[in-house]
Amino acid sequence: MTAPEPVFTHPWHGQVFALTVHLNEAGYFAWPDWATRFSQTLATHGLAKELDGGDDYFTAWLETLETLLADLGQAAPADVEQMRAAWESAYLTTPHGDPVHLKT
Amino acid sequence: MPHDHHDHDDPHALLPPEPALRVKALETILTKKGLIDPAALDEIIDAYQNRIGPRNGAMVVARAWSDPAFHAALMKDATEVVADLGFFGRQGEHIIAVENTDETHNMVVCTLCSCYPWPLLGIPPGWYKSDAYRARAVREPRKVLANFGVNLPPESSVRVWDSTAEVRYLVIPQRPTGTDGMDVDALAALVTRDSMIGTGLAKAPS
Repeated sequence: MTAPEPVFTHPWHGQVFALTVHLNEAGYFAWPDWATRFSQTLATHGLAKELDGGDDYFTAWLETLETLLADLGQAAPADVEQMRAAWESAYLTTPHGDPVHLKT
Repeated sequence: MPHDHHDHDDPHALLPPEPALRVKALETILTKKGLIDPAALDEIIDAYQNRIGPRNGAMVVARAWSDPAFHAALMKDATEVVADLGFFGRQGEHIIAVENTDETHNMVVCTLCSCYPWPLLGIPPGWYKSDAYRARAVREPRKVLANFGVNLPPESSVRVWDSTAEVRYLVIPQRPTGTDGMDVDALAALVTRDSMIGTGLAKAPS
């Protein structure tokens, strides 16, 4: 261990982590339940390839959170996809250097 | 994937990677429903990037080395002792301290996911979350330790502790020789993150 490693290698790793912690602390789910679901996702993903604990770890994390929120009735997959597409469109139509806002 | 790379001829804003857009989508939906506070998310990220990390655990170890009463209390009920120091909550609800000796070396893994004592060590490093470490730490701990540069005498035993969502472990590494008379801050500087997971040893004083 020589060079210090960043805590989150990509901003979205930190964002999905914080979102999950915040929802847990707000009482939407218990952490052991989260750990059980997350373990299952990791085990499933690990069947196809050996996970290196980096991007693939947070990809499994995000998938777990999406499924959990869908099961809780808080964010339906179709709504998430629509919102994702809206953000993509916002990025693609915002001039470089300008702040990106959702068009509502 | 289109738009993955920054293109200087591109007139539009740099498109974040696909999972980042999915996270933004969740955030937007939950914020619009009033379920989350975006400022709280920034606060959580800031805390783990800047304030909560292995320095917390290192202070605990250094005090355990220096203060016999603290050491005894820590080994008896680490959860209470570290909570008294302000290191509590968020995956620190139940912490057990395990101490390395000449006879026994302890190392920690989470075979199912990545349970880890966040209040003391922060966010786990990538290797702790990898399939390779999670699978091999239990099966062949000595080989894993050797990969980390830790070669134990054959007569010592290795204990591997599997963390869960309920119980987290903090390894108390052996105090290095040549550290008599050093104060707590100087000792803490010798306590590496890996030494508190058990994949390293405390550093020798320079």
